[in-house]
Amino acid sequence: MTLSQLVNERATTGTPPNRFRSRNPDDFAVPRGREEEWRFTPVRQVRELFEPFAPTSVMDGSVDAPDGVTWAIVAPDDARVGQVLQPGDRVSALAFSHARQALVLELTGTPERPVLVHGRITPGLAYEHMVIEAKPHARATVVVDYAGSATVAENVEIVVGAGAHLTVVSLQQWDADAVHLSSHAIRLGADATVKHVVVNLTGRLVRIAPTVEFAGRGARAEMLGVGFAGDGHHFESRLYLDHAVPHCTSDVLYKNVLSGESARTVWIGDVRIRPAAAGTSTYEMNRNLLLTDGARADSVPNLEIETGDIIGAGHASATGRFDDLQLFYLQSRGIPFEEAQRLVVRGFLADVVDRIGVPDLQERVMTAIEARLGFTPEVENED
Amino acid sequence: MSTLEIRDLHVTVGEGEETTEILKGVDLTVSSGQTHAIMGPNGSGKSTLAYSIAGHPKYTVVGGSVTLDGADVLAMTVDQRARAGLFLAMQYPVEVPGVSVSNFLRTAVTAVRGEAPKVRHWVKEVNEAMAVLEMDRAFAERSVNEGFSGGEKKRHEILQLELLKPRIAILDETDSGLDVDALRVVSEGVNRYMSTAALDGEGAPGMLLITHYTRILRYIRPDFVHVFFDGRIVESGGSDLADRLEAEGYARFGAAESAHSGVDGAPAHAV
Ligand SMILES: Nc1ncnc2c1ncn2[C@@H]1O[C@H](COP(=O)(O)OP(=O)(O)OP(=O)(O)O)[C@@H](O)[C@H]1O
Ligand SMILES: [Mg+2]
Repeated sequence: MTLSQLVNERATTGTPPNRFRSRNPDDFAVPRGREEEWRFTPVRQVRELFEPFAPTSVMDGSVDAPDGVTWAIVAPDDARVGQVLQPGDRVSALAFSHARQALVLELTGTPERPVLVHGRITPGLAYEHMVIEAKPHARATVVVDYAGSATVAENVEIVVGAGAHLTVVSLQQWDADAVHLSSHAIRLGADATVKHVVVNLTGRLVRIAPTVEFAGRGARAEMLGVGFAGDGHHFESRLYLDHAVPHCTSDVLYKNVLSGESARTVWIGDVRIRPAAAGTSTYEMNRNLLLTDGARADSVPNLEIETGDIIGAGHASATGRFDDLQLFYLQSRGIPFEEAQRLVVRGFLADVVDRIGVPDLQERVMTAIEARLGFTPEVENED
Repeated sequence: MSTLEIRDLHVTVGEGEETTEILKGVDLTVSSGQTHAIMGPNGSGKSTLAYSIAGHPKYTVVGGSVTLDGADVLAMTVDQRARAGLFLAMQYPVEVPGVSVSNFLRTAVTAVRGEAPKVRHWVKEVNEAMAVLEMDRAFAERSVNEGFSGGEKKRHEILQLELLKPRIAILDETDSGLDVDALRVVSEGVNRYMSTAALDGEGAPGMLLITHYTRILRYIRPDFVHVFFDGRIVESGGSDLADRLEAEGYARFGAAESAHSGVDGAPAHAV
């Protein structure tokens, strides 16, 4: 793709290159649903989060942390809170000004296993705030898994120090009535690497907006997403990667499978390459597989390129149905339809799931998805 | 002892105004231990016959019957046909991204045999079959047919033939696109399957071999050769018929000369 083609893309989406950001909720009008940032979201289901509320629920979770990890629940005025976040919408600003506490995780060295945060939120309305900070040269993985039945407005700040490698997985396995709106603000120091993974399995409405700020040269962001949306699920991912310094890399791969008449996914991939970001390399890809009629996947990639001095920039987006020929081929080898479908879905998701890099989590995700496809694993015949 | 019986088979493609009849009354009986070769010009409907037997969704059977030992094949789903003992080595095998060959083979064999193969035996069985076909073990970890060369795809089809052990196998141009060595390896694979299946007490499988060239028939001797033309079998004979077709082409059945020399892009006398 040539640069001029890429620049032309600007005209096709309405996302402005400059984001309005504020910590004051009143700086953001109450969304009505027509705004560019909200037009894909069923705003009626999130109304409660548009006005301040007195929380009726709070994260009642647990943290399973190996050596090298410290964690604490701190007051909102703690110096570690608010390092990165500049709210970009009303819900995030409200959550920032009303959260009464924050979970802070600090990672140093190379913890021997992933940090597991079990986000169990009791029914009700909740504000959440989390700070995950990888100190310079740390190599660590944090898996946050959300479950339960709640309506949550959340901010997550992810700070990756110079030379650190941090993997953060946000796994949503909510009850059918849960609503989860979350802004993830990521800042990368020089030569830092983040692997940011969003896994959406269940929940009525999950809308996660990761923002990446490249604050030092040579940083790298790998943004992965896996979703299996069924009936009554709306999964929305809104990415904004802001390349402002030279020689940084971003690589985005989001894949969704949709099954069910009212299954919805939305993927917005905004990448900005500012004039100073010479030597940027960025690629983003979103693919969606529709298993049934009625399911709908919206996909809007958008590149804003303000310098010609880049290594590469590209995007691809494709939404399609099952390939009948693939199913025919598998079935012609005796494999029943449901199992052929399972193989194709597994195959479709395999490349992104394999990149998560946390094997038991990968298996858990695949097993959960296969269970949704009506498959229970057979016991191996070892004799 | 198995018998595949095709009676007065009529098949169309397309819908509504676009409907075209491709098969116009095919009659053929393939029994255990027999090798039938089908030769015919491009577009005469050979693959349509093969795909219709396998149940490809693109084709609509509008008349006639296909039975396997009396059971109505056309009433079966695609996977039931395979489990009933039919196998089609496809002219254009399909790529299935993200599904490894080993996982695919294991799933298919489990489905066809009705139980998961025992792990120890299975590894040995696959390795042996791959070795005979001179397939690198690395293929087991690759995605099904993805990025395979034409010849590699054909070897992979025959690997499945060996593992799935059908009672009736249809090979659609398995020889096309194979170099001389690959043709020998693949043909030997087929012959090995035909003879070992017989030794297993199952009785030799029946085989329907679709080809444009006699070169594969030097390895796999057909008992019968059929000429396919314009959607039906127009002549049947012994293996000498194949030589005659290769020398003369299909002109005497009404084909233009170009249909003869245009086969697979190579003139018949060059092979
Ligand atoms: N959707 C379609 N609409 C109309 N005609 C079709 C359609 N699909 C296939 N055909 C035609 O059906 C005919 C038979 O095709 P088929 O693939 O069975 O031929 P074949 O004998 O296997 O040829 P080859 O030797 O080239 O493999 C061809 O003329 C082809 O163009
Ligand atoms: Mg053909």
